[in-house]
Amino acid sequence: MSSPSVTPARIPGGRYLVWEYLVRCWRRYLVSSLAEAVGTPLLYLLALGVGLGTLIDSGPDPQALGGVDYVDYIAPALLVAAAVQVGMGESSYPAYSRFKWTRVFWGITATPVTPAQVCEGELLFIATRMLAGSSLYYLVLLAFGAAGGASGLLMIPIGALTGLACAVWVLALGAWMRSEGGAFNVVFRFVLIPMTLFSGSFFPITEIPLAIRWLAWLSPLWHGNELARGAALGGLEFWPAVGHLVYVIALLAAGYLVARHRYRVRLIV
Amino acid sequence: MIVASALRKSFPVKSGPDVEAVRGIDLQVARGESFGFLGPNGAGKSSTMRMIACVSPRTSGRLSILGLDPEVDGVRIRGRLGVVPQQDNLDEELSVRENLIVYGRYFGIPRGECRRRAAELLDFAQLVDKGDAKVETLSGGMKRRLTIARSLINDPELLLLDEPTTGLDPQARHVLWDRLFRLKHRGVTLVVTTHYMDEAEQLCDRLVVMDGGLIVAHGSPAELIAAHSSREVVELRFLPGTQDAAQDRVGELVERMEILPDRLLLYTDDGDRTLADVHALGVQPSTSLVRRSTLEDVFLRLTGRSLID
Repeated sequence: MSSPSVTPARIPGGRYLVWEYLVRCWRRYLVSSLAEAVGTPLLYLLALGVGLGTLIDSGPDPQALGGVDYVDYIAPALLVAAAVQVGMGESSYPAYSRFKWTRVFWGITATPVTPAQVCEGELLFIATRMLAGSSLYYLVLLAFGAAGGASGLLMIPIGALTGLACAVWVLALGAWMRSEGGAFNVVFRFVLIPMTLFSGSFFPITEIPLAIRWLAWLSPLWHGNELARGAALGGLEFWPAVGHLVYVIALLAAGYLVARHRYRVRLIV
Repeated sequence: MIVASALRKSFPVKSGPDVEAVRGIDLQVARGESFGFLGPNGAGKSSTMRMIACVSPRTSGRLSILGLDPEVDGVRIRGRLGVVPQQDNLDEELSVRENLIVYGRYFGIPRGECRRRAAELLDFAQLVDKGDAKVETLSGGMKRRLTIARSLINDPELLLLDEPTTGLDPQARHVLWDRLFRLKHRGVTLVVTTHYMDEAEQLCDRLVVMDGGLIVAHGSPAELIAAHSSREVVELRFLPGTQDAAQDRVGELVERMEILPDRLLLYTDDGDRTLADVHALGVQPSTSLVRRSTLEDVFLRLTGRSLID
């Protein structure tokens, strides 16, 4: 119409443009998603931290949880679990629908933006959502006096990192699936829920029989919980902390490579 | 604009031989031309379009778009193309205007410029009063116009339209054709796939007929009709069971006749004359029609099949 557009050989910010689009979509449900980010921790803290915690804290062994109140014990884990839930939720149906139902991803990759940039834009957006959610969660914990010391702030990036390490694999699954067939529900029921319950969120994994404790060791949520608890309450040694961090980052890096590959395979045929 | 030679595309299939969607085609499209791919579903039109759109690597052969190789410069080429896909892929949750702005951003166009172009394109697509409506509230024809407007946001040199009017009602199709005419007159190169004869005749200066992954004929609509059909066609429709008795006698009147399940098509240079001859034979079809020959007849001649089967 007007002047001819000059297009460079590569849109270096392609991933940020995809992120920009997803944030624009997020604005449509921003209020409900932020209300959820505040409401959920309130309910959990009241029910488990205060309600159940009163019973537990008056139990026979005051050292069972390393000498902290139950509410302080579960608070970091609740924050990380919420981030994982947001990450896995956002990377399942919403991302999948952009392949399958709205086909928006095909529209995007008809432009200079590449499939890899679409995948990265999704990850950036999911990270943004988790950082926002975790920040609000942190504020609620602060209000309950369960946010630990200043280093408790580290729970926010730890939550987002753990959530991303899970989300990349769900993104890869969505790009690979041709028809949904309930696969995401299987992931939620048989991966997310057991992982949330048995990753040292509500009780130490030393209570799990040794024969199946390795399952908890595999869980990214356990590593995230240990890191978050260490940040809020202290007591985490340097090398174990490095180990947990390396595990989560390795899972994220491997998942990212798989997801990026699956996006390419799906969108370039 | 587009040069292809011996272009092939095959898709691997689990437990079986590859499916060959495009089996070696040659074509050239010049700047400012309106070029069409005509053919039934599965002819290889869309596969060819996806290769031209640089979202599907070719299996073999040569392909050059805007003088560049898609395999090397896909991103650069896509920046100068407009693409209207077969299925709309608009964001239904966003407004009409937002869809345009968001799309412009993918080409690296600054936000302010995107807004300015969006306003211009809303006018072009006759969607000004729908600018702030969510896309999900639009009719099929409006969505299609929006998809075309969206494909123009980067001011493309080459516009690819994959079945632009499939599924639209007649009125919506005419509005769309009118918009495409304007683009053509502005000098935008159009490449259209269609399985509608009237669409190809309306929009295309030149076209190729594809069938089974190959080009079976090429030329302007008039050239194709002249080469592969007659000037006029007489269509005779018969009541069930009465066609067989009539077809041998009627067949003697013309050089070529197509026998369809429910009607006979007689190819002739003078339809009225032929129809009078039919009546003179005492044959009584239930209805009869004399019409100009169309690309549909060309297609029937070339492939022995009607297009929508």
